[in-house]
Amino acid sequence: MRVFTAVIAIAAGTLVLGGYFLPALAPVQTLLLNWATILAGVAVLVGIFNLVSVHSDKIRRHEKGNAYSALLLMALIVTFLFAMILRPDHIIMKIALSGIIIPVEAALMGLLTISLLYAAIRLLRRRAELMSIVFLITAALLILGSATLPFGNIPVIGTFIRPWITQVLALGGARGILIGVALGALTTGLRVLFGADRPYGGN
Amino acid sequence: MNELIVILVSAFLLFAITLWKRKSPANLREIPALTRLYRTLGLSIEDGTRLHVSLGNGSLLDARGGSALAGLALLRHIAERTSVSDKPSVASAGDPTLGLLTQDTLQAGYQAAGVQELYVPTSGRVTGLSPFGYAAGAMSILQNENISANIIIGHFGPEAGLLIEASDRENMVLIGASDELSGQAVLFANTQDALIGEELFAAGAYLGAGASHIASLTLQDILRWFLILALLGGAAAKLIGVI
Repeated sequence: MRVFTAVIAIAAGTLVLGGYFLPALAPVQTLLLNWATILAGVAVLVGIFNLVSVHSDKIRRHEKGNAYSALLLMALIVTFLFAMILRPDHIIMKIALSGIIIPVEAALMGLLTISLLYAAIRLLRRRAELMSIVFLITAALLILGSATLPFGNIPVIGTFIRPWITQVLALGGARGILIGVALGALTTGLRVLFGADRPYGGN
Repeated sequence: MNELIVILVSAFLLFAITLWKRKSPANLREIPALTRLYRTLGLSIEDGTRLHVSLGNGSLLDARGGSALAGLALLRHIAERTSVSDKPSVASAGDPTLGLLTQDTLQAGYQAAGVQELYVPTSGRVTGLSPFGYAAGAMSILQNENISANIIIGHFGPEAGLLIEASDRENMVLIGASDELSGQAVLFANTQDALIGEELFAAGAYLGAGASHIASLTLQDILRWFLILALLGGAAAKLIGVI
C-alpha cells in the first residue's frame, strides 16, 4: 500500500511539473490541479470535524479551558445553521463576519503590536550582541523616518536614511533571504518528488 | 525551458549526492537553535512533558508549500522520537490540507517507532483557518496541555508574535523558523536563536532524518555558489558594457 501511494504521488507530481514545460501534458496538469482544489475543499470539512472532535473531547474530559471549547462549538453550530438556512451572502451573515470576525482579528493585531513593542524593549536583555543593537537602531530610524509629523518628514532621517535602508539595505537582504528560501523549497520539493520524504502516509 | 534545465540538473545532483552522502559522514556547521532542538527532544521525553509543533498556515497548493513540507519532515522525525513518551507531541496547522498531512505524518512516525496503537488522531489538529485564528487556537494548546517546548516551523507572518508571547508566559523552550520575512523579523526579535532564511529547511538534516536531507543542504550550497557567480558575472558584464 505504501509503495502504491508513493507511485501515485510521484506520478501526479511529475505530471503536474511536466505540464508547465510540455504543452501535451497541460490538460492532465489542469485536471490534476482541479482534483486537488476539490480535495482541498473536502479537507476543510475534515478540518472542521477535527476541530469539533478535539473540543468535544476537552469538554467530555473536563479539561482546563473546556468552557472556551463549549463556546467555540456553540458558535460553530449556530453560525453553520444560520449560514445553511439564510445562505452565506445574507446580510446577517455579512454582519457576523464584519461585526465579529474582523474586529476580533483586528484586536489580536492590536495585541500583537503591544507584545512586539515589549519584545523589542526586552531584546537587549535576551540577546546582548551587535546584531540586536543594529536591529533596534534600524527599527528606531525607520519609525522616526515614517512618522507623520506636523512639519513633514524629519530632515535626513525621513528623506535620505529611511529610503536608503528600505530600498537598498533591506531590499538586498530580503532578496538574499528569499533566494535561500527558494533554494530550500526547491530541494524539499525534489525530495518529495523522489519519494525520499513521504508526508502522505507511510515512511 | 531554462527552469526545466535547472530542475533536471538539480534532481540529478540531489540523487547523486544522496548516494554519495550515504557512504561518507556529514560535516555540518553548528546552528545553535537546532542543537537546542535536539537537546529539547531528549529532555521532553525524560520530563514527561509534551512538545508542540506549530506548522503555520502554509497551503500545499501554492508557493508556501515548501516550508510546510519542511515542517512535516521535521514533525515525522519528532513523532518517531517522542511517540513512546508519557505525553506524546501535539502538532497544529492552520490549513486543512496541511492538517490532514499532519495527522498522516504523526501516524507514520508512530508506525516507524513500532507503537502505532498509541497514536491518537487528535494529536494533529487544525486550530483555525486564518492566520490569527490559527494563532489563537494554537495559544490555547500552549496554555492548557503541559507543553514544555514550542517548535514554530512553517509559514508564519507577524501572528507568530502571539505564539511567542504565549510560549514565554508558560516558560517554554521556543524554536522558530518561517519562510515569510515579517515572520522571520518577529522571530529574530523574540527568540534566543531564530532560524533565518534557508535554515528552516536544514532541520531534518541536523536531526538525522537521512542522507537525502544532508544532500539537500549540499545541493543548496552548490546552487547558491552558482547564483553568486552569476550575479557577480552579470554585474561585471554590465559594468564593462557587455550587456
